[in-house]
Amino acid sequence: MAAIAFENVSKRFGAVTVLDGLSLEIAEGEFFTFVGPSGCGKSTVLALIAGLERPSGGTIRFDGQLVNDLAPHERDVAMVFQSYALYPHMSVAENIGFPLKLRGASARDTARAVAEVAARLGIDALLERRPRELSGGQRQRVALGRALVRRPRVFLLDEPLSNLDARLRLEMRAELRRLHAEYRITTVYVTHDQEEAMALSDRVAVLQAGRIEQCGEPLELYREPANLFVAGFVGSPPINALEATLFPDLELPCGARAADVLVGLRPADVAVSRDPAPHALTGEVLLCEPTGEGLWVVGLTRGQRVTGRAKFTEPLPPGSAVHFEYAPARLYFFDRTTGRRLR
Amino acid sequence: MTRSGRYVGVLLVALYCLAPLAWQLLTSLRPAGELTTLPPLLPTRFTLEHYVSALTGHPFARMLLNSFIAAGAATAVALAFGSAAAFALTKMRARRVGLLLAIVLATSMFPPIATVSPLYLVINALGLRDSLAALILTYASFALPLAIWVLANFLRQLPDELYAAARVDGCTPLQAFWRVVLPLAMPGLTATGLLVFIVAWNEFLYALTFTATERSRTVPVAIALFPGLHEIPWGEIAAASLVVTLPVLVLVLRFQRRIVAGLTAGAVKG
Repeated sequence: MAAIAFENVSKRFGAVTVLDGLSLEIAEGEFFTFVGPSGCGKSTVLALIAGLERPSGGTIRFDGQLVNDLAPHERDVAMVFQSYALYPHMSVAENIGFPLKLRGASARDTARAVAEVAARLGIDALLERRPRELSGGQRQRVALGRALVRRPRVFLLDEPLSNLDARLRLEMRAELRRLHAEYRITTVYVTHDQEEAMALSDRVAVLQAGRIEQCGEPLELYREPANLFVAGFVGSPPINALEATLFPDLELPCGARAADVLVGLRPADVAVSRDPAPHALTGEVLLCEPTGEGLWVVGLTRGQRVTGRAKFTEPLPPGSAVHFEYAPARLYFFDRTTGRRLR
Repeated sequence: MTRSGRYVGVLLVALYCLAPLAWQLLTSLRPAGELTTLPPLLPTRFTLEHYVSALTGHPFARMLLNSFIAAGAATAVALAFGSAAAFALTKMRARRVGLLLAIVLATSMFPPIATVSPLYLVINALGLRDSLAALILTYASFALPLAIWVLANFLRQLPDELYAAARVDGCTPLQAFWRVVLPLAMPGLTATGLLVFIVAWNEFLYALTFTATERSRTVPVAIALFPGLHEIPWGEIAAASLVVTLPVLVLVLRFQRRIVAGLTAGAVKG
């Protein structure tokens, strides 16, 4: 297990800058997630930790030891790939035992370690199979087994759940949490799914265009987004970003002018009803998404889209006149040009 | 295209390809007196005399062995160097891969007749004249561009994540090549090896130039030297040609499934 420290790390491929001045510390035993849209550089971070890529600038350290120039096999890092990357010419047992075999473990020790990991992952009945004979979820478990069998210093996961169906994804999410609690290996996780990031992680870094927009605990990102990008990326459905001029008698922070400000409003903080309220935007319904306990109502207010929550169990017909009630204390203010949070 | 139309097409192609072979077969089984009859219809009786004389009248076994050694060793050398080069070009993030491959291809553009005399001088200077080593060296060097191209294209289809996984699991690049990439490249290696072997097996010009005695003479050259002073033994030539075709036929039939086998199934969710 190791703590990982990035200092001013950058990575360029030719003229393209993928990571730009990344500085960050991941604590020993932490479950840390990089989340961001595709192309934000999050997979490159993993490749840099694994040693598959070398940084163009800056330093990466494991427990204070500089690892910039160490090859992957010198780092004792394990990785689960998005495609699982199981070796098709090997059985499940051979796949899981491969890292041990490379380290010169005896056949007996390897077999014992493989059996133990396979039992923990519930794949002990599959050891003689080939990867092509396995389902997606089983392949996923084999890939996890191959990574865990040697108890690496750092455990890397690159979008490991994105190829699974929704139910299996929830199941594996719980499994990953359980494995992390059990092994306490420093884990770096990469995903584009903010919900997954929130559910799994001790801390999350939101990455965009090679830069960290914000780094913190999941709830902190949700409650105190540093800018409009983070506010829009974290939370589902995404936050409403509305013209400040829609709101009567707003008190804007820092003396900003309403024309320069966008107001963020979480859909969960907007109550949709047919009755007027003191703090409400009036508008009409565009469409409804029933969730079981209520509705997400997407509506229009003076030409702008706004999403809110309704307690109705029956959908509201499109075109109905409704009020989008908000709590003034739950509004976020962002600079329109920089996206920075104003407070 | 209708089903019957397709069959007619297949039949025509088969006829076009197999007719010379059939003619050769009939000639090899025809009594000496009927050899020049035209059209080459069925002979009045079948005989194995040409086979007997072809196989006993010449040191045929020795030449077959020579051919096997030359073609087999050339194939082994071409595959060893070709796969390593293809691996480096496709998986190790070499720069200017396109340019390198173009140069490799360009070297195979020279017509053999243009290179045969300079190569003869080189072989002579190395003291390799009339040795199998001369043939192995030449065949391997001429097969290498083909091997690199075919294998590079094959390895490019192997997911990069497999190589990355091998590296993270603890392989040095060479171990990843040996334990993961090569086993998965077996269909490509088989196909390439077969092509190289057949070309080397059939090669005539260099073999004729670089060999002088039966110590290193290969079968195509030997057959071409069958004609005596006063007659051309068509029956023997036909019989020997068919015998020489057999190994290639066996190889292709034996390995054709390996060639098309998609071994990577299951590597990546597909």
